[in-house]
Amino acid sequence: MNELNIENLHIAVGGQEIVRGLTLRVPRGEVHALMRPNGSGKSTLAKVLAGHPDYQVIAGKVLMDGENLLELEPDERARRGLFMAFQYPSEIPGVTIANFLRAALQSRVPEGEELEATDYYAKLYEKMELLGMDRSFTSRAVNEGFSGGEKKRAEILQLAMLEPKYAVLDETDSGLDIDALKTVAHGVNSLRGPDLGILLITHYQRLLNYIVPDHVHVMVGGRIVRSGRKELALELEERGYDWAREGAVEPVYTR
Amino acid sequence: MSLVTHQEQAAPILSGPSDLREFPDWFRDQQHAAWQQFEALPTPTRKDQPWRFSNVALLDLAPFKISPPLSEDDRKNILKYSRGLDHYAARMIFANDQLIERDVVSEDLKRRGVIFQPLERAMVGHADLFGKYFMSTEATLGSAKFAALHKALVSSGTFLFVPRGLEIKEPIEIFHWLRHDNMSIFPHLLLVTDELAKVTVIEHFRSCDQRAAGFACGVNDLIAGPGAKVNYVCAQNWAENVIALQMNSTTVDHDASALSLNLHLGGKYSRFESLSQLIGEGGRSDLLAVAVAKHQQEFDARTLQDHASPHTASDLLYKNALDDRARTIFGGLIRVEPHAHFTDAYQKVRNLLLSDDAEANSMPGLEILADNVRCTHGATSGQIDEDELFYLRTRGIPVPVAQRLVVTGFLDEVIQRLDHPAIGNHLHRLIEEKFATK
Repeated sequence: MNELNIENLHIAVGGQEIVRGLTLRVPRGEVHALMRPNGSGKSTLAKVLAGHPDYQVIAGKVLMDGENLLELEPDERARRGLFMAFQYPSEIPGVTIANFLRAALQSRVPEGEELEATDYYAKLYEKMELLGMDRSFTSRAVNEGFSGGEKKRAEILQLAMLEPKYAVLDETDSGLDIDALKTVAHGVNSLRGPDLGILLITHYQRLLNYIVPDHVHVMVGGRIVRSGRKELALELEERGYDWAREGAVEPVYTR
Repeated sequence: MSLVTHQEQAAPILSGPSDLREFPDWFRDQQHAAWQQFEALPTPTRKDQPWRFSNVALLDLAPFKISPPLSEDDRKNILKYSRGLDHYAARMIFANDQLIERDVVSEDLKRRGVIFQPLERAMVGHADLFGKYFMSTEATLGSAKFAALHKALVSSGTFLFVPRGLEIKEPIEIFHWLRHDNMSIFPHLLLVTDELAKVTVIEHFRSCDQRAAGFACGVNDLIAGPGAKVNYVCAQNWAENVIALQMNSTTVDHDASALSLNLHLGGKYSRFESLSQLIGEGGRSDLLAVAVAKHQQEFDARTLQDHASPHTASDLLYKNALDDRARTIFGGLIRVEPHAHFTDAYQKVRNLLLSDDAEANSMPGLEILADNVRCTHGATSGQIDEDELFYLRTRGIPVPVAQRLVVTGFLDEVIQRLDHPAIGNHLHRLIEEKFATK
């Protein structure tokens, strides 16, 4: 039961079906990679899991530890343990990282209780050090004027602070140079453990050299065509997505 | 003293100046002349351009009275609640225009020539200096009638003079309280800085009773001498039944800079007129304002950035957040006089609409009579960005908290411009409190 369970999920955007029967289970404690060709479905899956109102779920279920995720509001999903690291995180002018994370943690304590400020800052600085972030970051506005690498680091910092049960990392490697990639991977690896299930969505094998997954799934045409151990990623890199498509149980049509 | 007794003893403001207070003859004559002027000037109507969009019907002064002396209990309580900044150089606390307390400036500052006195003392002790600057600029942005009323009925206030080359490091704090129903006050600040002086002043406007009606008709005149640096902050937090008018004039001499930041939170109708005159080369004026308008509040701002000298700069940034059926009005003009070449003048108004029923009116304007001028102006209105809201929600933050974060973030750009963390925190706290109350 302790798993993020996506069952036969169909998603449409603007009347067009983008995800067509996706089934995937991520047990807590494991790291799964979902690989897909560049440009297919963009961030659709991540947005739907997070609860974005513009995406329409046509069919299927998403259960988090047995609970129907799709019935919950975006903020409720997060408070119950889902975290989404976005490919293009929003900029929030005038809201500092410190205030933002504080509000996010405050929303997780029972009503009427106050977050302990000293503990909060101690934890924040500890996690920032882990990610090689300068303390001055806390007084900068969320993602405003951040470089690509800084944005991704800030996403992982949030992951570290919010301690979710499941984290979906959407194209976390995109736009990162090798040093930034290593730092981010180090941060993610340090959070791995029995209490966290991770789903990495990526189209490059590169990231998986640094965050080594337990399982790899290949998605083409909106559904999974192959699943396997970590070696599958290398094989995919070598043989390409066409090869993966040929291995599908039933024909897959790509747009 | 019970409320009834207090009301009974109070004289209506429309009965004109009383001769109860001890003022010098010249000042008393001035008050009577101003009263005649007040009576002669017509009451504004919406057809007058400076009052376009304004709800002038709210300006009925008949219910408002001049307060008799406050009780000892009142004075004690007001003193107790007069908390603003943790550190200040000196402060004055007024309630119903009566001086409750004065924490004078240090002996050192006094010895070096700083004057920090209530108006009625300054007009006697420093008659020349006071007389030279007291209401020396005409109110041209619509409120001539109310400026006359202020001049006729002002009975106390603050006079601050900072001598040449002196810097007062900590801010000077001034409190103005309204106590009891239907009382009126005429807060006054006259700030004069000599060459190269530096000072920061914050004025707090507050009500004792959150349901009480009241009328505040204030003037603040800021005079920045050559090379001087003046920061002025107004934290207006009247009860929501108060009618408030505030008339500001800022005069900036050569190489001087003035920055005023006005936070408007309270009042049923709150009008703010700000005239910035750049009279010497190299002068700079920053006009900043933040308003949070809820319920049926109306905030009415009228400004003039008047460039009378070359190589001067002015930068206006006004931000309003409007909820419910609240209204804001901005009418602003940049005027660059014929010889004021090489002027930089900016004017930016941003409205954030949190409700479909809120209404933001903006009338930006330019009048450029010189060459080699850089001017931009613009006013925009928008709603909360849905993507920002969604992002915050995916971190577990519930919608009302997420909205509040986005709004305070939106307003923060203005407060940051002051670059004074202690005052910035204080203003943010007031904004938070306003959001926290229904």
